[in-house]
Amino acid sequence: MSDETEAVTRIETPIYLHYNFTAGRAPARFLQRIRQGVLSGQRCPSCANVYIPPRGSCPACGVPTEEEVVLPDKGTVQSFTVVAIPIPNNPIKPPFVIANLVLDGANISFIHLMSECENSEVHIGQRVQAVWKPEAEWTYAMDNIRYFRPIDEPDVPVERIGKLPITGWGGEE
Amino acid sequence: MTAMKEIAVVAFSQSDCLARAGAANEVELIMPQLRAVFDQVGLNNAQDVDFVCSGSCDYLQGAAFAFVAGVDALGAVPPIKESHVEMDAAWALYECILKIRMGQAESALIYGFGKASSGELPTVLSQQLDPYYLAPLWVDTVSLAAMQARLLIEKGLASERAMAGVVARARKHAMANPHAQISGEVSVESLLAAGTVVSPLRESDCAPVADGASAMIVCTVDKARKWGVPYALISGIDHRIETHNLGMRDLTDSPSTRQAAAAAGVERGPVDVAELYAPFSHQEIILARALGLGDETVINPSGGVMAGNLMMASGLSRVGEVFRRIVSGDISRGVAHATSGPCLQHNLVAVLESA
Repeated sequence: MSDETEAVTRIETPIYLHYNFTAGRAPARFLQRIRQGVLSGQRCPSCANVYIPPRGSCPACGVPTEEEVVLPDKGTVQSFTVVAIPIPNNPIKPPFVIANLVLDGANISFIHLMSECENSEVHIGQRVQAVWKPEAEWTYAMDNIRYFRPIDEPDVPVERIGKLPITGWGGEE
Repeated sequence: MTAMKEIAVVAFSQSDCLARAGAANEVELIMPQLRAVFDQVGLNNAQDVDFVCSGSCDYLQGAAFAFVAGVDALGAVPPIKESHVEMDAAWALYECILKIRMGQAESALIYGFGKASSGELPTVLSQQLDPYYLAPLWVDTVSLAAMQARLLIEKGLASERAMAGVVARARKHAMANPHAQISGEVSVESLLAAGTVVSPLRESDCAPVADGASAMIVCTVDKARKWGVPYALISGIDHRIETHNLGMRDLTDSPSTRQAAAAAGVERGPVDVAELYAPFSHQEIILARALGLGDETVINPSGGVMAGNLMMASGLSRVGEVFRRIVSGDISRGVAHATSGPCLQHNLVAVLESA
């Protein structure tokens, strides 16, 4: 044996595994509806919370969600951040706004982009509406909505965000 | 030394074994089984037990932390005490038993789930091998099991005919199992007439891989009496693991099963039934010998995993199958076995008795 044994500090063992991913029955229904330009959530039979995108269960109650609820494409900013650094492989040029949005009639938020806005003026409680791609480009994907843009409606107080009716928000107390 | 707290099994449910569960995601597979065990005891949801532990494997889904999504099935508001093992749920049961014995819980929910049809299972499982020497070779589970079967046959401890006999008996037993994926009367001759897929294994020697889930509720005896439900006692449970280096193991024997059985107290009474997790027919022969089972024991009355192998749930289901037979009064004492890893590397043995 030689006196000097070179230290092995690294080996490469690439892993390639192929999967047929299935989103689930409830998420698949959501994707089929958004293909048609419809935002479809599910209501919990126990606590009545509406989830979008639905996963098929109410995580709070642990019961299956079956009832479908078609939601409008208007919502409220629950939280947001202004992204100032370029993200590798992301075609969107910074600065841009990522927001947690709650659709009217829904009780949980999802994440999407905001645009057609002054980044410095984006704020919690701001009212927004979806800007859709042309119908010919619709597919089974959330980016059928290009982004959400601010609309001229009164701000929603923090305690009402995520609790609005499906009919929206008129600034009522 | 104070006496160990006795553990009561009070509920068990298993899904059908499906070759493909279609569009259903894991949460959708779990929820019906949780509902079934809650209903057996009269509970509302996971808020009504002190502890929850699940068993699954993220490699089956191909997504990191995929198991966390399973919590969506529980009703975890307000927050619950919850844990997970990246293993068959039989080991989640083991964790729950420790929790109860330590006095930190009186009751626990266990569930195991897997949708193995999403990937190519034998290849996926090659990645559980040691990462330096074996995993980069992509040695699949069927090939490793075939090497084990070859050794067994060469040593005169099994034959292809004896292996086919295991399959024929399992499929016949599975006719009484409503969740079986494969069942029916089949002759040893007709099984042997088929060609091998990885010699000396025929397709029939390999348990059919299934999508699905199973769930169980365990508790202290006091709690079971308070709930007023029939129960079986887990009088002993132990698990042992062998080296990951296959070359250092005697693949024709299962010393880890033998040690676990001794520690669990298998020999302290008659064994009416034994539900063994043997994903390949020859492995049942190895396990029966390691456990010292004789003619008085009915092996795999459910058909075992030859009726359908629910990855990450089959081990828990073996315990559940023995539990069901005890509370129905069919038997008074049985053994359940679970395995993990290539060629029966890691083995768990539980003894269940009537209360």
